[in-house]
Amino acid sequence: MVKPTKVTNVIRALRFAHGEMTQADLADRIGVTRQTVIAIEQGRYSPSLEMAFRIARVFDAPLDEVFQYPDTEEA
Amino acid sequence: MSAEEKRVWIYAVIAIGVPAVYFTIILRQVPTTDVTQIAYVWPLLTAIGIAIAVNVVASIVTAIASPKEANLKDERDTDIHLYGQRAEYYVLVIGAVAALGLTLASFEHFWIANALYLTFVLSALTSSIVKIVAYRRGF
Repeated sequence: MVKPTKVTNVIRALRFAHGEMTQADLADRIGVTRQTVIAIEQGRYSPSLEMAFRIARVFDAPLDEVFQYPDTEEA
Repeated sequence: MSAEEKRVWIYAVIAIGVPAVYFTIILRQVPTTDVTQIAYVWPLLTAIGIAIAVNVVASIVTAIASPKEANLKDERDTDIHLYGQRAEYYVLVIGAVAALGLTLASFEHFWIANALYLTFVLSALTSSIVKIVAYRRGF
């Protein structure tokens, strides 16, 4: 079974903080489908480092403000 | 649903539908007919041809229905495609080994050809199901 990513993000909050940017707008700006933005926001897809940087750049934020990873590994 | 996911659904439906018709027509003859007398070659080639044609037509119709997203394929689509292909590979290997076994055991061409066709069908189906689960449940 596919294991959901442990990477979390605050993209949804950042979108609202940036003029209520829609998922479609963000998708257009980073060159992916809206479904991929939805999957990333919901933690169903862990983007590549390159895509993560593109997303962070859209919000003019450092990468670790957009994406978080838990400090401790779960057993 | 992205264009790529729609294509996967189309592929899955075809991978179930066309072979189901073919195997229903061919295998129901097995109990009553010597397999060397069953005309399976043209039905098999026809089934493959129909599956390819329906897939192409359905993909074109889908692209016409949603032209904006028709050519949009991103890294998630590519990752999911590769993930599905990996699952498909295992089914292909198992099927190839089974077909090799049938050949070495001198089974009729009928069984070997149909085992190989079934392998292609199951590999396509496995790939589609894995991709659909990845699209729906996460990847």
